[in-house]
Amino acid sequence: MAGLVPAIHAFNHGKDVDARDKCGHDDGGSASETEQVSPHLSPMLKTQPMTQRIEARFEKCRADGRAALVTYVMAGDPDPETSLEILRSLPKAGADIVEFGLPFTDPMADGPAIQAAGLRALKVGQDTVKTLGLIRRFRAEDSDTPVILMGYFNPIYVYGVDRFLVDAKEAGVDGLIVVDLPPEEDDELCLPALKAGLAFIRLATPTTDDKRLPAVLSNTAGFVYYVSITGITGAATPDFGKVATAVERIKRHTPLPVVVGFGVKSGAHAAAVAQGADGVVVGSALIDALKNTLDDQDRATVGTVEAVTKLVKELSDGVRSVAKRAAA
Amino acid sequence: MSAQAQPNSFRTGPDERGHFGTFGGRFVAETLMPNILELEKAYEEARDDPSFHADMASYSTHYIGRPSPLYFAERMTEHLREVSTASGLSGGAKIYFKREELNHTGAHKVNNVLGQILLARRMGKKRIIAETGAGQHGVATATLCARFGLECIVYMGAVDVERQKPNVFRMNMLGAKVVPVQSGTKTLKDAMNEALRDWVTNVADTFYCIGTVAGPHPYPAMVRDFQCVIGTETREQMMQAEGRLPDSLVACIGGGSNAIGLFHPFLDDKDVEIYGVEAAGHGLSNLHAASLSGGRPGVLHGNRTYLLMNQDGQIADAHSISAGLDYPGIGPEHAWLHEMGRVHYISATDDEALAAFQLCSRLEGILPALEPAHALAKVIELAPQKPKDHLMVVNISGRGDKDLFQIAEHLGNQIV
Repeated sequence: MAGLVPAIHAFNHGKDVDARDKCGHDDGGSASETEQVSPHLSPMLKTQPMTQRIEARFEKCRADGRAALVTYVMAGDPDPETSLEILRSLPKAGADIVEFGLPFTDPMADGPAIQAAGLRALKVGQDTVKTLGLIRRFRAEDSDTPVILMGYFNPIYVYGVDRFLVDAKEAGVDGLIVVDLPPEEDDELCLPALKAGLAFIRLATPTTDDKRLPAVLSNTAGFVYYVSITGITGAATPDFGKVATAVERIKRHTPLPVVVGFGVKSGAHAAAVAQGADGVVVGSALIDALKNTLDDQDRATVGTVEAVTKLVKELSDGVRSVAKRAAA
Repeated sequence: MSAQAQPNSFRTGPDERGHFGTFGGRFVAETLMPNILELEKAYEEARDDPSFHADMASYSTHYIGRPSPLYFAERMTEHLREVSTASGLSGGAKIYFKREELNHTGAHKVNNVLGQILLARRMGKKRIIAETGAGQHGVATATLCARFGLECIVYMGAVDVERQKPNVFRMNMLGAKVVPVQSGTKTLKDAMNEALRDWVTNVADTFYCIGTVAGPHPYPAMVRDFQCVIGTETREQMMQAEGRLPDSLVACIGGGSNAIGLFHPFLDDKDVEIYGVEAAGHGLSNLHAASLSGGRPGVLHGNRTYLLMNQDGQIADAHSISAGLDYPGIGPEHAWLHEMGRVHYISATDDEALAAFQLCSRLEGILPALEPAHALAKVIELAPQKPKDHLMVVNISGRGDKDLFQIAEHLGNQIV
């Protein structure tokens, strides 16, 4: 299996997305490029080149000889403070990278669990500004855990792409996953994000054939997210054998880490995916665990945060049960 | 109306990436992209294949019953001339109805469905999914699936299932499975979300038959092409009837497929005034479905277009008495034509549409659907202001039988 050291090496010197140049790292960025981005960055972030937190985290997992655990919860679900408390508890429970969902009324690639989570968040007034606010507060206490913002394009488009990128970067976001932006629409957000120093993480799917893979991988950064099934989130459980084969295929095309999501619900599933992938993403199962603790008004109860962290611990144990060889 | 440079032609779009100006595009999940590219290629091949056009023409004639008549609405014309005279103008346009409600299945929707189903057959797809609002597109899809022996699943908002019961029953009789959608606002936009979720899940064998000129490229262009038969026939029929082109065109707009079908063949005839009528629901300051009048650009269901939404980009609830217009977006080509100023987009309220429905029924013996009743509502306003030699065409895009229960309720009557 391809290891992560060559991946990181190749990434840092990739001609399209040379992060260090853009963010003022001392290995050769021009002054003008540095100034393009730096004025908007907080002093702390000036020392954090694009995707550094993501790279460092995968490097650490590789050193531990295991896959990374990536968790998804919805910002503002069931209320802003509880969702922040959950976000803060995730790394302690074993999450290596946290994805925070940006709520949207019409999430066309999501199943019932995440649809309902988004509507719960919107009902209590969650929006893009408040979501970035929660991330800012998370980042104030945790400077190492990568934060990926995941959602749909319309709220970002309406916020204004340039303004959004500045604010997201400043809040401490490391990467974006925007479901309804395929490579054909890279001009919209992907390329501006890379320019602004945010990783644009692409979804590869079972329908992404070898002919299409290079386009899908071309402007991606941080890691590649392999969607294990043709379907929506939280639906079918994938055939883990097929997933491993697919991950191998993608890794022949990219030095980036490949994480796998959709349909992972338990520690055993996580362990199965961890065999072949560099990371495992779990979302709907965590949201189901959260939802089961809510009262009849969809409000958090004393058990809400713990229900999520308990499942994260189980998933973390699953991921850690699979020893992986160090880099080839 | 617009400071943008006018193109040499309004009929050349979209570009190869599916853009009409800045509108359109392909904003879909990666899982669907290979399918969308496959569809685009299949459609381009079909478009260049004379046998595809021969099939279309044959079924259009013998199965749908085309061409639909262009009918001189004599009593409506006389009535509105009296209105004109009463207001001291002594004008009143000569009004023609393009009778799309006479098509098999009772609406213009079947023109597009025939094209897409013949395309699905070429592509070897055996499972057809569709979204529907009023149920007319669902009925048309169920009809052609029955005709060609294809599996048919129709997604319909639970609210629409309730207010369009006759069409739900028709679809069932035609062998289609109607899935009531309980998510979101339980109307057309949610039906489209659910159809997209089905498509993502069943990409290999499934053809998504979209009912309007929205969605990712190539749908807005493809659906338009299939609907252009409306405008093409109207040109020929008006030349035969009057020896010249019409002076104005009026059509209702939800997604906008009947309107673009009528408008597109006339877009470069600069003397032809074109009016698109959106649904103003309870009025533009209340709940409505007029995306151009009350919305702004955003991205939903695969394309950039005008949308009803809040400050955060969350899609707003639309409202119209007509389920077929109850959608918070509009086809991207309309968004572009609006910004270019080529088409005048206006709106009619629920009450205006109901009044127009009653007037048309009494004067012409034609029960229009509530959707074209919105267009008729604006004809009632526009025609008296035009001179008597002004030729005005309104697209009667569907028949009103499906709406009778709802209209009865609004008028305080009970159908036993």
